[in-house]
Amino acid sequence: MSDTHAHSVAFVRTETLPQLPPPVGERGAVKWMRENLFSTIPNGILTLVALYVIYRFAAFALPWIANGIWNTDSLAECREVLDGTTGACFSVISERWNQLLFGFSYPSELYWRPALAFVLLFFAAAPVMFFDLPRKLLIFTALYPFIAFWLIWGGTILTPLFALVGIVVGYLVYSRYVRDSFAMGFFGGVLAALIFWWLSGYVTAALAPEEPFLEAVQSRDMGGFMLNMILGVVCVSLSLPLGIVLALGRQSSMPIIKWICVIFIEFIRGVPLITLLFVANVVLAYFLPPGTTFDLILRVIIMITMFSSAYIAEVIRGGLAALPKGQYEAADSLGLDYAQAMRLIILPQALKISIPGIVNVAVGLFKDTTLVSVISMFDLVGMIRGPILSSTDWNGVYWELFMAASVLFFVVCYGISQYSQWLERRLATDHR
Amino acid sequence: MAVVLCAAPLTPEAFKQSLGALRGRDPLIHYTVYRDGKKIDRPLGVTTQEEVKMKKTAFYGALAVAGLAASTASAATLDDVRERGVLNCGVTTGLVGFASPDANGVWDGFDVGVCRAVAAAVLGDPEAVEFVPTTGKTRFTALASGEIDMLARNTTWTFSRDVDLKFEFVGINYYDGQGFMVPRDLGVSSAKDLDGATVCIQTGTTTELNLADYFRANNISYEPVPIETNAEAQQQYLAGACDVYTTDASGLAATRASFENPGDHVLLPEIVSKEPLGPLVRHGDNDWGDIVRWTLNALIAAEELGVTSANIEELAAAPTGNPEVNRLLGTEGELGAMLGLEADWAKNAIAAGGNYGELFEKNIGENTPIGLARGLNAQWTDGGLLYSPPFR
Repeated sequence: MSDTHAHSVAFVRTETLPQLPPPVGERGAVKWMRENLFSTIPNGILTLVALYVIYRFAAFALPWIANGIWNTDSLAECREVLDGTTGACFSVISERWNQLLFGFSYPSELYWRPALAFVLLFFAAAPVMFFDLPRKLLIFTALYPFIAFWLIWGGTILTPLFALVGIVVGYLVYSRYVRDSFAMGFFGGVLAALIFWWLSGYVTAALAPEEPFLEAVQSRDMGGFMLNMILGVVCVSLSLPLGIVLALGRQSSMPIIKWICVIFIEFIRGVPLITLLFVANVVLAYFLPPGTTFDLILRVIIMITMFSSAYIAEVIRGGLAALPKGQYEAADSLGLDYAQAMRLIILPQALKISIPGIVNVAVGLFKDTTLVSVISMFDLVGMIRGPILSSTDWNGVYWELFMAASVLFFVVCYGISQYSQWLERRLATDHR
Repeated sequence: MAVVLCAAPLTPEAFKQSLGALRGRDPLIHYTVYRDGKKIDRPLGVTTQEEVKMKKTAFYGALAVAGLAASTASAATLDDVRERGVLNCGVTTGLVGFASPDANGVWDGFDVGVCRAVAAAVLGDPEAVEFVPTTGKTRFTALASGEIDMLARNTTWTFSRDVDLKFEFVGINYYDGQGFMVPRDLGVSSAKDLDGATVCIQTGTTTELNLADYFRANNISYEPVPIETNAEAQQQYLAGACDVYTTDASGLAATRASFENPGDHVLLPEIVSKEPLGPLVRHGDNDWGDIVRWTLNALIAAEELGVTSANIEELAAAPTGNPEVNRLLGTEGELGAMLGLEADWAKNAIAAGGNYGELFEKNIGENTPIGLARGLNAQWTDGGLLYSPPFR
């Protein structure tokens, strides 16, 4: 067949042609731009406008940043160096960097203590955040709050030690009596812990050395980004369990518990955070006897925790409501009691659904910690608005400082958000 | 004479020792705290009311043991400050020239100078101050609740604050008033030429009301541009959103100092309101109020009498030819004992940061970036309003 055919045509190509590259308009950057940037006329116009805006912004911002001055002592000096050219005065950041991080009254030779506590935070958080790690690491996580407290506040080690022992005592009492009745075990445990702490207060006062190994630092000396981190980490980790309890309480069939939870959640959600902070700072001082020092940071932690736990409770309630009724019935039909059903069937699913909402609240809460600057606490924003901008040297430097603050906050908040996305992917083993 | 006997041994050290002796063990429990980046020791803070009572009992007991008549002149606040070893002084969270911590965390400024002078007068140490930063919203509660012993925070002396809020203004350390700033290009030399001008003004302040009153009284019109904070005002004013920016004159000067070209802007000579700023204490403790009042007066009188931080050692070494200087510095008379303080209380107060004029020049005067002229804050002998009652 092929032979006949070979005689009937003048030329037959015996080898395959080499592949040619696609035409210029159909490949590489040109194709990408044609499809994504200039697919229609309105899109093309929008692209050009956007390019112009980006150019204008970059033309201003890039020289401003690149030309920045990092090593002068005051704004006037910086402007002298710049001599009329465009440029940022980043020297305020390099001069006041430690104040931005630690506040202005934390003793500078002790900066290593909060820094070490910050590094240890990663080791403590890792086993909670990544469940592939060995479970024994959780022991360090449990000890971390006491270590961090001792590092940051200093003073006698007896205080955090007795706090830890008190919890252990409470747990022992709880496990002794919980077999008879949960309520008896729970309240007995709480009571035992409180009595232990009350007694240990006297022991601490009597035994505390005059020169503790780590020098004590007062709460009012805390400040800067360290204060934001302390408030953010403590309040998020406390409000999560509290939020779960409130959410379960709100779904409870026992009317008193249900109504306590409903009233708490609705009241807290109906009040602005700033009002709660003012109560913590100003109004409580009227009710306490004069001279009483009820730590301001503790008051603020309690208020922010209450606030965010109400929000987290609502997020988790949404997760609980999203579960099909069959899940609850399946748990019942297996003969599980309430605690088992919640722990093994309901909460793992409900919490997984709630992750985006919980992270949202956590990020919002972390940023809300800057509100403490209105009650004269010197967090990052408080440091900038108060001491730094009001110094004769740096009055009038706004952009550079607030840019530094937003970079610090962005790093943390973006990190939290990335972790939550990883967690969602990791947990999404089925359903899709 | 009894008063002198009582006052002399009542230094904090002597007090601590006698208290320790009474309790049969070495002085109070100490813990180390940091102030202004420096390490200091101080007795364990008062925590409960019982403890306050206990300490007071011990205090009076200590006085009896020391063989002194219990001093009814010693007021509660003075006792508390001595016992604590530091003065709790309320300041702003930061106001250019008046109070702000530097890169090392050491507070400095004009109001801070008053706090340090009082600490030096009472405790003999200008560093023995715990600065408690307060906002405009928290300052009065902090003073009323006893968190601070005195407030030196740019607070205007008004009738209602003095009478209704139950505070006692002990004097005036800065006579402020509302002024106007305009760009030099505008060519305006008096506020009366501002007919039809747009004015940047902070909303909800007395400045807003003062401005309306002033323009109506002079029968000229203006257009307000409401702004929220001083930072916003700076931006709006520099961007040309308004012709005039009005607020307290000291604030205007500080704002202008932060501009890139301060020379392009002028402050108009008219001052349209009275803003007398001064330190204040709680009602009900007149002895403590007297101490703060006369410490401030001592700073003012020292300038009038020519006593400066440079020559004070020399003048205080031996009685001079001027009896009032002698009485002020304690080389003659018993003024310190009358206050329940050491004889050299005023010397310590003046040596802490200099007299009133020195404090002014160092923090807000014409050689600082803020560059305020003395104006109303000059001595009465120079045509100003500063007039200390005599030390006699």
